[in-house]
Amino acid sequence: MNGVRLYVDGIGLHAPGMAGWSQGCEVLGGRAAFVAEVPPLAAPQALPPTERRRVGLPVRLSMAIGLEAARQAQVDVATLATVFSSTGGDCDNCHHLLDTLASPDRTVSPTRFHNSVHNAPSGYWGIATGCRLPSTTLCAYDATFCAGLTEAVSQVSQTGEACLLLAYDTAYPEPLYALRPIPHAAGIALVLAPKQSERSLARLEIVPDAGLPGRMEDAALEQLRTRVPAARGLPLLQALARQQPAEVVLEYLDAFHLRIGVMPCI
Amino acid sequence: MTSALGAGLEPTLDALRARRSGIMCKHWETVEAGLCIGEVAGVDDVVMRADLAHYACRNNRLAQLGLEQDQFAAAVGAATSRYGRRRIGVFLGTSTSGILSSEIAYRQRDPHSGALPASHDYRHTHNSYSVAAFVREYFGLQGPAFVVSTACSSSAKVFGNAWRMIAGGWIDAALVGGVDSLCLTTLYGFRSLQLVSDQPCRPFDAERNGLSIGEAAAFVLLERGDAAAPGNVLLTGVGESSDAYHMSSPHPEGLGAVEAMRAALRMAGLQPEDIDYINLHGTATPSNDAAENRAVMSVFGAATPCSSTKGHTGHTLGAAGAVEAVISALALGNELAPAGVGSTRLDPQFGVHYLFDNRSQPLRHVLSNSFGFGGSNCSLVFSGAAP
Repeated sequence: MNGVRLYVDGIGLHAPGMAGWSQGCEVLGGRAAFVAEVPPLAAPQALPPTERRRVGLPVRLSMAIGLEAARQAQVDVATLATVFSSTGGDCDNCHHLLDTLASPDRTVSPTRFHNSVHNAPSGYWGIATGCRLPSTTLCAYDATFCAGLTEAVSQVSQTGEACLLLAYDTAYPEPLYALRPIPHAAGIALVLAPKQSERSLARLEIVPDAGLPGRMEDAALEQLRTRVPAARGLPLLQALARQQPAEVVLEYLDAFHLRIGVMPCI
Repeated sequence: MTSALGAGLEPTLDALRARRSGIMCKHWETVEAGLCIGEVAGVDDVVMRADLAHYACRNNRLAQLGLEQDQFAAAVGAATSRYGRRRIGVFLGTSTSGILSSEIAYRQRDPHSGALPASHDYRHTHNSYSVAAFVREYFGLQGPAFVVSTACSSSAKVFGNAWRMIAGGWIDAALVGGVDSLCLTTLYGFRSLQLVSDQPCRPFDAERNGLSIGEAAAFVLLERGDAAAPGNVLLTGVGESSDAYHMSSPHPEGLGAVEAMRAALRMAGLQPEDIDYINLHGTATPSNDAAENRAVMSVFGAATPCSSTKGHTGHTLGAAGAVEAVISALALGNELAPAGVGSTRLDPQFGVHYLFDNRSQPLRHVLSNSFGFGGSNCSLVFSGAAP
C-alpha cells in the first residue's frame, strides 16, 4: 500500500520519569536524564464529583494524557473521535472482582462491574467531555499500541477528521502480576490530523513493514518500551522529541510492523 | 455462527422460522441460584486443535466450534489464496474473553503463597486479545489484528474497523466477528445491577424485567463490495456514536442511538423508509428498551417492522453485534423478517412496529442496532446485492 500521511498536532505522555510531554520531550530528546520515578496522577477534575470518586487508575491516566494532547493541539475535545487502546484495562478492579467471585459470598459491587468493561475509560471520557463522536476501545496484548495507531490512522484517512489516540496500561497486583508483569502504569496520547495546521508538530508517513522493530538506545527506556505495551510507541515519541527527520519501525505483530517517516513541521 | 440456537446457520434459520428460543432455565457451573441462559451445547467437549491447545478455555473452544461451521474455513482459505496472508485482517469483539479461566484459577490459589496454579495461561485465555490471536493463528493469517472490547457493541464495531482498513488499502479482506462465553463476572455482575430476568427475557414486552445472558461465536468474511455477486450480502452502512451520559444506563431519549442509526443511513445513502426490517438491540431491560423505542420512533416512526432476537439467543454481549449481523444477513437472504420470541404484548408506552409474527417478504435493506455500557452505540446496514 501507499503510505498514509497525517500530522501530529498534540502529544500527551505519562510514564515513569516523564510526567507530561514537556518533561518527556526533554528526556526522550536526550536533553535531560531519565529517572524512573513514578509520577502522581491527579483526580480527574473534568468528571462530576460523584463519578470522580468511583474511577480507577486507567480513567485518571487516560484522561490526563488525552486532555494534555488536546490542549497542545488547541482543539475542543468534544470534536475529537477517540481510539482507546489498553492491554488489560483496569487491572486492579479486575483483581478485586476475581477475588470476590472466588470467595464464598460472590456479591459483586455494581460499580466494580460496570468499571470492569474494557471501554470504561471511554465511557467516563464521554461523561467528562460531552463528546458524542465515535469511540472505540482495543486490545492486542503486547501489540496494543500499534493496534490503536492503525485504527486511529484509518479513521483519520477515512473520515478526513482529526482523531485522538489514547494508549495506556496499568499493572496487575499479585497473583496476576506474576503472569503479566507490567511494572507500572504508562500512557501515550496523540492528536492525529489529516491536514497540516500551525499547530502541527510533525508529518507522519506510515506503511506496514516486515522488518525488525526499532529499540530505544537507552537501556532503561528500552526496558520501559518492552515491559509496558503502551510504551511500544516510545520510539515515535523520541523521533518527535528530537525534532529531526527520522524513520522508526514500531513493533506491532510478528512480521507486521509499522514503518513511520517523521518530518518535523517546525 | 454458533449460539444457543445451535451450531451453524441452518439451525439458526430453523429457529427463526419456528420462533424457537434457545434460552433455558437451569444450573450452570457453580452458580447456585437458577439461571435462564442461552448456553451453547457441548462447548466443554470441543477438543482444541492440537497446535493451539494452549488457547484452551471456554471462549476459544466456542470460537473454534463457530469456525468449524458453514464451510467458513474454506471461505477463509480461498480468500487467503486470492489475497495473501498479510492482506487479511482479523478484528473480533469480546467483552469478557476467557476470564472464566482466571475465575476458576482464583479458586485454586495456593493457600500459602496465593499463587495461581502453574497451568493457568493468562495470555492465551483471559487477555482480551486471546480470541483474535487464536483465530489469526488458526488460519495462519499475518495481517493487522486486534480485539474491540466496547461491551455489547464490540462485534458490531469491528465491521467499521474492517471497512476503514479495506478502504484505506491496508488489507483486501477481513475476518470479523464476535465471541463471548458464559462466565461468573457477567452472571453476577448483571445481577448486581438488577438487570437479569428471572425468566427467559421478553424484549419490548409490557412485562419485561431484564435480560437473559447468552453466549455465541459469529464470524463474517468481508471483502471489497465491487466484486459482489448476486445473492451476496453487502455491508452498506456503519454508524457509531457515544452517549456521553452514563456508564451503565442509556441516554433516556436514546440520543446516541439516534445518531448511530442516522450515521449508518447516511453512509448507506438511504432514507429511513428504505429499511425493511430493524434488528433491535432489545435487551429486555426496562430502560434499554424504552430508550431504543424512543430512538427508533424518532428516526423511523411507527412503520418500520422491527424485533429483537435476544429472546432467541439470549444477550450474547460482545458477540451480539456479529450474531445479529448474521441474523440480518439470513433475513435478507431468506426473505424473512423474524418476529421476536418470549414477548406477547408490546409495552403500551411504545410506538414501534414490533413483529409478533414472522413475515415472509423480500427485504432490500436491514438495519441492526448494538448498544453497550459506557454509552457505546453502533448501527449497521446490510443490503442485498443487486441481481
